[in-house]
Formats: sequence, structure tokens, C-alpha cells
Amino acid sequence: MTLAAGGSTFSASGPPCYSALVNDWICPAYVSDRRTEIADALLEHVLITLAAVALGFVLALPLALVARRYTAVESAIVAATTIIYTVPSLALFALLVNITALSPWTVIIGLALYTLTILVRNMLAGLRDVPADVKESAVGLGYGPGRLLLRVELPLALPVIMAGLRVATVSTVALTTVGTLVAYGGLGDLLSNGIRTDFKAQILTASVLCVALAVVFDALLMGTQRVLTPWARGRK
Amino acid sequence: MGEAFAYLLDGDSWSGSNGLGQQLVQQVLLTVVSLAVATVLSLPVALWLGHIGKGGAIAINISNIGRAIPVFAVLVLLSVGPVGTDVLGPFGRAGAATLISLVLFALPPIITNAYVGVRGVDPEIVEAARGMGMAERRIFTRVEWPLALPLVLTGLRLALVQVWATATIAALVAGPGLGNTITNGFANSRIDQVTAGAILVAVVALLLEGAAFAAERLVDPMRASRRANRHSQRTPSVPTVEPIV
Repeated sequence: MTLAAGGSTFSASGPPCYSALVNDWICPAYVSDRRTEIADALLEHVLITLAAVALGFVLALPLALVARRYTAVESAIVAATTIIYTVPSLALFALLVNITALSPWTVIIGLALYTLTILVRNMLAGLRDVPADVKESAVGLGYGPGRLLLRVELPLALPVIMAGLRVATVSTVALTTVGTLVAYGGLGDLLSNGIRTDFKAQILTASVLCVALAVVFDALLMGTQRVLTPWARGRK
Repeated sequence: MGEAFAYLLDGDSWSGSNGLGQQLVQQVLLTVVSLAVATVLSLPVALWLGHIGKGGAIAINISNIGRAIPVFAVLVLLSVGPVGTDVLGPFGRAGAATLISLVLFALPPIITNAYVGVRGVDPEIVEAARGMGMAERRIFTRVEWPLALPLVLTGLRLALVQVWATATIAALVAGPGLGNTITNGFANSRIDQVTAGAILVAVVALLLEGAAFAAERLVDPMRASRRANRHSQRTPSVPTVEPIV
């Protein structure tokens, strides 16, 4: 306590609060002095998360459509995604290294595979919940299967799909940190570097940024959903 | 892949103070202990909250919060921070930090599913039981608990998967468990060792999940009746809450 009290006068001329001597958890000087490094890690984190969720979404949609069509395939797809989901991230990345070597794709593909569990399920549930009479009216109006899907079914399934997307995105942000195993962990790289050097300011900053990033993504997706489903706004 | 299996079949890989054998025992021990602690700490409270119908916002949001918090960050914060990385008996280096992290991440699925399980019991059934003169305690033990059991078990299974995954990540803070085979493999550029560790972790994860799934089926008291009227009607399944790891 006495050390901390004396710290203010000390830090004005002496070592900053993130030096090994002081090693404070909360240290604004660290954030401003190392902002380039932090921004780079944050950017990598955002890019990996976005790529993984986008890839997962692009894979999940056709899987959900096929599963909806053929019941036998549905249980196989749901079982396969559950099995992938059971494999711990550290092991999944380690297995993928055999295919992708040490590249960001190891992390992106691994995380995309995890999102399939929730995305495929929610897409299926959302599409199933579209009322049969609505679909019939659309067909009666001359909608073909493609237009029916794009203009009627997907918009009506959107709230459930977006709920899945939010869960998938938030957990992907958190799991990206484990990518540090192959040195592509975004903020996770700051964490593992921080533990090697006992760097408390870096560890706390990276942790807080990671949770904040998840919250921001979640809010953005919630906003997107409101914009995309104007008909749902009047209700409730 | 072939070399990875050779590594797994080599007796030397399993022996020694940091061999696969010791790491496997460590990780199974960590998983069992933390799951038991998390269950004892949270299940009674979650069931009780579900029974009285209070605290739903917390019980459900705890899963959303748990998802947003990186496991790795918690492990790092605890082991660099106050808990430290001392060896804790059979749990190994950073045993305490790992155990605490595992318990924390096991709580959300247990709490949310137990709460939703009890809360989701048809209020008419509970009313009928009350009308028959059942005491509150009996309503819980004879009506709500059996009906909530499938979802409670789902929560425990999800917690198990989460705990096993988290225990693997402990190696990133030089903690205990099978993740060490993977991280050591990377450090020594031994891809066979990396792959072998990953295969073992994945296989045990699937075995645990499979065993939990089988136990869930076996214990479910409503299984017989569900099977009996499977052909007569499509019984609406219980709403599942599956927080992602």
C-alpha cells in the first residue's frame, strides 16, 4: 500500500506503472505507450472472428437446407456438428495444423466448425417455424422455391437465425484467444506473452478488451436484426 | 497421422513424470472434482430458484456472460494474479488456478438448465399436484424434479464437455493436463506428439460425452412413456438450452 502511495510521485520521473518493478494491473500508460501493438492484436482478433463466423454461416446455410429436405441427412448433420463441438478447441487446432500448417486458417476453420453446431440448429428451427399457410399463400401467388426461400422463409426465420449468430459470434470472440497455440490468437497472443513475462497490465488490458469486443459484436448484431426486421419493431 | 499413432502406441510416451499417463490421470481428476464441486455449489440453488420462480434473469443470463468470457483469460488472470501457479497435490502445477477456472465455467450450463428445467414444468401439472394436497416439498420431489431431470442432466453433460475443454487449455498457462503434450509438441517441433495429444484429448472427450449421453437416456424416468407413445403422437420435446463451449 505504501508502495502504491509513493508510486504517483515516483512514476512522474521514474519507471512507468507497467515496468517490471511496479507491474500494476491497471496502467493507462501501458495502453497509450503500446497502443500500436494492442491495436494490431485487436485487429487480428476481429478479422479472425469475422472470417470464422462468415465461413461458418456460409457452410451452415446449405447444410441446414439439405437437412430440412432429407430427414435422414438431418440427424447425420446434427450428430456430426455435435461431435465436432465436443472436441476441445486446443485439440481441434492441433489436429487442423496437420492440414493448414501454422496459419490463421487453422484458427478460422476450427472456429467456423464450432459455429456450425448452433447455426445449423437455429437455421433449421427458424425455417421450421415459418407458418405453413404463409408458405402456401406465397406458392399460390406464384413464388418458386428460390424466391420463396429468399423472400418469405429466410426473412421470417431471421430472428431465430440472428439469435444463433449472436451466440456463435460471442463465443467465437472468446475462443479466438486459444488460437495463440499457433500464434494467431489476436488478443490471446498478448495474454500468452503476458504470462511469459509476468506482465499484469497487458494481461488485464487484453482480457477486458476481449470481453468488450464480444459485447460490441453482440450489440451490433442486435442492431442489425432491428434494421433487417422492421415489421417486428411495432410489436411487443 | 501414422506417426501420431506410433507415438500413442509407444509405451515410453505414457510413462514418466510428465507422460501421457500422468497427464491423463491429472485431467480426469480435475474434471471429476471440479464438476462435482460445481454441481454441489449450484444445483440445489438453481433448482430452488426454479421452484419458487425467482432469479430467472440471473439464471439465464449467467450462460450469456459465461460465453463472452474467454477461458484462457481467466486461467491467465488467476495464475498470474492472487492464486498463483504452485503445485497442488495430484492436480499439478497451477492446480488451484485450473480448478477454480474449471468450476467457474461449469456453473453456467448447470444453473441455466436446472432453472429452465424446473421452471418449464407445466404449471397445470404443479397446480393439479397442489390441488391433490401435495406439500411443497413433495411437489418438488415427486413432480418437478422428475420432469426437470432430462434438462438437468443435459446441463451436467454440457458442463462436462466445457470442463474437459477448459482443462485442456490449462496447458497454455503451463498448468496440468493433456494439453501439455500438445504444447510441448509445438515447443519441440514434434508434429507427431502434437497430433497424438490432440487425438487422445478428442477421443476421451467423445467417450465422456457418449457416456453422459447414455446415462442421460438411462436415468430419464419419462423415457419408457415417451417411447410408448412415439408412434401415436409426436411428443413435443423439452426446450433445450445448449450454451456453446
